[in-house]
Amino acid sequence: MHELSICQALINQVEAIASEQAAQSVAVIRLGIGPLSGVETQLLQQAYPIASAGSVAEGAELVIDNLPLQVSCEHCGRTTEVLPNRLVCAACGDWHTRLVSGDELLLTSIELVRDEQAIIEDVRTH
Amino acid sequence: MCDTCGCNVTHGNAHLLQPGGKLSRTEGGHDAVSVLRGLLHENDHAAGHNRHHFDQHGVLAVNLMSAPGAGKTCLLESTIAALGNELSMAVIEGDLETENDARRIRARGVEAIQITTGSACHLDAHMVHDALHHLDLAGLDVVFIENVGNLVCPASFDLGQHRNVVLLSVPEGDDKPAKYPVMFRAADLMLLSKCDLLPVLDDFKPEAARRHLRNLANPAPLFELSARSGAGMEHWLEWLRREIAAARQATVVPDDVRTATSVRPTP
Ligand SMILES: Nc1nc2c(ncn2[C@@H]2O[C@H](COP(=O)(O)OP(=O)(O)OP(=O)(O)O)[C@@H](O)[C@H]2O)c(=O)[nH]1
Ligand SMILES: [Mg+2]
Ligand SMILES: [Zn+2]
Ligand SMILES: [Zn+2]
Repeated sequence: MHELSICQALINQVEAIASEQAAQSVAVIRLGIGPLSGVETQLLQQAYPIASAGSVAEGAELVIDNLPLQVSCEHCGRTTEVLPNRLVCAACGDWHTRLVSGDELLLTSIELVRDEQAIIEDVRTH
Repeated sequence: MCDTCGCNVTHGNAHLLQPGGKLSRTEGGHDAVSVLRGLLHENDHAAGHNRHHFDQHGVLAVNLMSAPGAGKTCLLESTIAALGNELSMAVIEGDLETENDARRIRARGVEAIQITTGSACHLDAHMVHDALHHLDLAGLDVVFIENVGNLVCPASFDLGQHRNVVLLSVPEGDDKPAKYPVMFRAADLMLLSKCDLLPVLDDFKPEAARRHLRNLANPAPLFELSARSGAGMEHWLEWLRREIAAARQATVVPDDVRTATSVRPTP
């Protein structure tokens, strides 16, 4: 199960960003994953609590956006939505296509919790 | 793969980019940081580094992938027997536990570095980098990386290879490209191995395997061979010679930007 290795890579990236931004903890981690990324989102969700335990990301919500699988056809020029094991053009059936989207494995954004005291003070003074 | 050039932005994910700067405050009072970076960013960097090592020496790096037991090591043994006098080779062996495959290669007089991955079901670029430190690339023509037998996990990790060769052995059935699209989409060459068994396992149709591969929009050549009988080996050896010549030429012209195929082809 390589999802655990991928999750560990994710936590490393999140920790680097959190420390760069002097965050106390992480509230939300948002990923964008395509069907051809080679990663099962369900397995990633299962691996996440194990990989994040004891890190700044422990307890953060992991949100996964499933990205569409689209190819553009060299024959008819159209862009169509397709299935992972059938990447032929859905319009004309030609197999000479190029992947437009669908193999992404991305950390899109994270939401950090920073210095709550400062935020409270901010609210008070306004 | 860098966060500044925007090379990760595709049609599919462009809408996830938040307008208005890198840092913004959410309704819940959190600071949202938009990142848009590959989860395997670190691995991909290490892979690029490995590829640079290979390129500096004009060495072709071939990543061999397949299900367990499809015949990767046998193919390497036959390849050594056929080309051992003509070419200088080395093998990096990835295995969960044993040194068996490395021993088989060394018995043929070729240097083999064993990586035992323990519980990891795939090789990654860092493991290959460590192995490269035990290998003198000068004077080599080709380095084979025999990945862990697995049709799923290795497909996600770029190792710094130039070419992916994926084996499908006859006993596995001809529908495997449709079942493991991520792996077979990444193949630069597909080998139908154990073809000596075709007369017995006559429900395996090489044409069906080819059709499944084309359905993945993959134009890779597909050769039928048997490492055991030697049938069809000449197509594979010819492909290898051609790729080695191309890799060698690429060092002579250092500015030549090579189209190195990664495991996950970039959009
Ligand atoms: N009939 C036949 N058997 C083969 C052929 N090539 C390999 N085998 C057999 O298949 C079995 C596995 O071969 P290996 O070369 O060890 O396979 P592998 O892909 O390296 O296996 P792992 O590294 O464990 O994933 C052995 O028993 C081989 O003798 C072939 O061309 N024909
Ligand atoms: Mg082997
Ligand atoms: Zn079309
Ligand atoms: Zn980039």
